[in-house]
Amino acid sequence: MSIAFVLKKLLTAVQTLFAVVVFNFFLFRIVDRDPLAKYKGRTKLSPAQRDVMIERMGLNGSKVEQFVAYVKSVVQLDLGRSFDSTRPVVREITDRLPATLLLVGTSTLLTVVIGVAIGARAGWKRGGRFDKVSTASTMVLYSTPEFFFGMLLLAFLAGKTGWFPTGGLHEIGGSDGFFGSVLDTSRHLFLPVITLTLGYLGSYVLIMRTSMLETLSEDYLTTARAKGLRDRDVMRRHAMPNALLPSVSAIAIGFGFVVGGAITTETVFSYPGLGLATSNAISNTDLPMLQALFLFSSASVILFNLAADLLTAVIDPRIRRAR
Amino acid sequence: MTGLVLLALFGGIALAAPLIADRSELLVEAGRYNANLARPSLKFLLGTDEVGRSVLAQLVWGARVSLFIGLFATCVAIVIGSTIGLASGYMKGRIGTLLLAIDDFFLVIPFLPLAIVLAVLLGRSPLIMAFVIGLTSWAGVARLVRAQVLSLSERGYVDRARSLGASRRYIMVHHILPGTMPIIIANATLVVPIAILTESTLSFLGFGDRLSPSWGRLLEGAQSSGSITLNAWWYYLPPGLCIIGVVMAFTLFGRALERVFDPRLAGR
Repeated sequence: MSIAFVLKKLLTAVQTLFAVVVFNFFLFRIVDRDPLAKYKGRTKLSPAQRDVMIERMGLNGSKVEQFVAYVKSVVQLDLGRSFDSTRPVVREITDRLPATLLLVGTSTLLTVVIGVAIGARAGWKRGGRFDKVSTASTMVLYSTPEFFFGMLLLAFLAGKTGWFPTGGLHEIGGSDGFFGSVLDTSRHLFLPVITLTLGYLGSYVLIMRTSMLETLSEDYLTTARAKGLRDRDVMRRHAMPNALLPSVSAIAIGFGFVVGGAITTETVFSYPGLGLATSNAISNTDLPMLQALFLFSSASVILFNLAADLLTAVIDPRIRRAR
Repeated sequence: MTGLVLLALFGGIALAAPLIADRSELLVEAGRYNANLARPSLKFLLGTDEVGRSVLAQLVWGARVSLFIGLFATCVAIVIGSTIGLASGYMKGRIGTLLLAIDDFFLVIPFLPLAIVLAVLLGRSPLIMAFVIGLTSWAGVARLVRAQVLSLSERGYVDRARSLGASRRYIMVHHILPGTMPIIIANATLVVPIAILTESTLSFLGFGDRLSPSWGRLLEGAQSSGSITLNAWWYYLPPGLCIIGVVMAFTLFGRALERVFDPRLAGR
């Protein structure tokens, strides 16, 4: 992979990141003319405290001065303080990030393994019974809001039967020993993971199936068959590796997207990650927190897009030669 | 076909809402003398919610809200998307590049956080929500329309018109625009289900209007009132199933349209 290729991709990512920062400023300072007006405790502020808030939120000076100050503080990762907890929002985000990564990581892994297996088999035997059943179920999965899956799971596996806890990440009061706490966390993780997996499975099945269909007409499959390979080997050794390419980039992009997007799932299960933080920030109109979360989720999508571009170029020489 | 039948059914329910239940049943006071979270009965076919209102009444009126927001948001997305798609395919040079960059930007940034931020900043009403959803879902439309414009510009009949001395504007209006219509229509049908899903998500997160509840708002009510742990299935199942049904109907219909306009997709 040439350095020029990497640099070009890197430059695009940095440009997009900067555009996000500008856009963020536009949304929170120009669309919203007076951010302090949404601060719930504002009526109790003394004039001096009000000045402190204005100073802290970077609302003094002209819009141009504000913009320069804003960019400076973003670069220094100083995104202000939460209206709600008054702690620095960056701290709020880093505190909750591990829980979200655990949830999103586990479910992405599950979704990819199941989605690729189903999609590949459906595409390989197009029009067969397996394909028909999987296409129909994909359709239902795709049409269901993910939080509704969560509500159903909660109702049938946690509420009614009490098999799983209804929310949180740990039992209150803690549990004994290392294995005890691992078991406890897994029990809490189970339903949210299944919810997210069901929510995103449909699109992975579709992507894998489509790329399998595109591979079907390739000459090297005819060659492999002509060599007398068994159908199963043609699929595993020759069709799969090529059909996986589009999935690799879809997975990377999907992961970046879900990091900021497990909002409703975390809300249903009161799972203490970034999604629940978003949901709380909405109900408290916590502008600094929302602003930071938006910045964070955009940055994560951009970074994972970059990773996807570089990764596919490493795997597929045609891409780096074409550009 | 299944899609069309389902669509007709949901459309019929939305139109017939006033015949099935009176609008006053949506008011909070309406359930004052009824049991809260009561099981389905002859009086309330789908039981009552946490303040004693009929779930059925809210469900049929919710069809109006959900469908209205879905359709209106799609209109916004299609108008912005096809304008920017046409312009960026048609204009070469700096403006075209700029429009393409804007489109790229909106394709990359995650639409749900953006929709949340916009909804917080702009306020809460069905109209604003439709507008916000439209603003966050036009980028894919623009990309498709642009690709179609570029491909049509290479066709023989456009070359012919050009060599006969037709102006760029004439070609655009008389040859390119009609050629993009099938794609725009098929795509619009596929944007509606996404818009309805986004609406239900935003309502679930608390942006719903309490006076005209959509299905997503009903699910939010079911969640926050604890109907799930109380096993009040009549409250949370119907709105969820309605969302699935209407989203599936639009998706099936949109894919069928796509196949009609682009026969190459048939058999896929």
